[in-house]
Amino acid sequence: MHECPVCEAEVPISEDPLEGELLECEECGMELEILALDPVTLGEAPDAEEDWGE
Amino acid sequence: MRVGFLHSLIRKDEKLLIAELRKRGDMELVFLDDRRLVFDLAARPPVDVVLERSINHSRAMHALRLFEGVGTVCVNAYEVARRCGDKILTAASLRDHGVPQPEVRIAFTPESALDAIEELGYPAVLKPAVGSWGRLLSRVNDRDAAETILEHKAILGSYHHSIFFVQKYVEKRGRDIRSFVVGDECVAAIYRTSDHWITNTARGGRASDCPVTAELAEISLRAAEAMGGGVLAVDIFESDGGFLVNEVNYTMEFRNSIDVTGVNIPERIVSYLRGVVR
Repeated sequence: MHECPVCEAEVPISEDPLEGELLECEECGMELEILALDPVTLGEAPDAEEDWGE
Repeated sequence: MRVGFLHSLIRKDEKLLIAELRKRGDMELVFLDDRRLVFDLAARPPVDVVLERSINHSRAMHALRLFEGVGTVCVNAYEVARRCGDKILTAASLRDHGVPQPEVRIAFTPESALDAIEELGYPAVLKPAVGSWGRLLSRVNDRDAAETILEHKAILGSYHHSIFFVQKYVEKRGRDIRSFVVGDECVAAIYRTSDHWITNTARGGRASDCPVTAELAEISLRAAEAMGGGVLAVDIFESDGGFLVNEVNYTMEFRNSIDVTGVNIPERIVSYLRGVVR
């Protein structure tokens, strides 16, 4: 478990985390990004940009 | 085989692809984070193929052009990304290949766009030429709304919102179809059902299995071929006159479609890479 940088709630991390992985804090709903793996560091994910998509 | 995985944020779709790539003993995964890449026009990345999964269209398109420029095979190809990423180019490519699509008009000023909307009739749909996930789509129900939306776009939007893509509204009766093409096969399809006229799953549309009939496979493959082929998701309307291709997506999202179709779409994509490099 790791702490949400926004609301400090516990955020579960999968067994195979990846740098750049997108997560969502179930407590505050903030989208988070795994910024580093050793140690696992969470930050706010960037906001969606106009050309994001499929 | 070394597979360059071009990405920015890694969502569930990318994780599924990465898990599939890691299962293959003959494939080595090389992460290419588009936020850290620097291109020098001459250096070839140490990979046999690039699998594009960037979330940004502009980064993906330019990276693909640069990779292909030094001889790297990419899935999908730059030209495919360029055509799919711009609805005007998509419509033109579908027309070039005789693939049925909703009636469209393209105009470059609010005044001519209003003429186009009036000609198509109400309701009409205004879409940004570049955009995804159903964002900034407008169903224009009457002239008052048309004038207001066009004025807002002209004044508040960036320049590409002043290139007006107008589509005749197709009554979807609450659903449309997304089909998944991998190479020369339509591997799966879903219905996207919503009470809202926008049925994208990113906007709350519910996915359910759609049988891949011969007719659906045919139009899906024709649409994919019109774009240049590869790994593509085709959005299709069911009209009284038959299927109409609405859009084609080149960095397709499939996470909501694996369980409902029973098709391991990431496995099919990774298997396709092997054939592209040979």
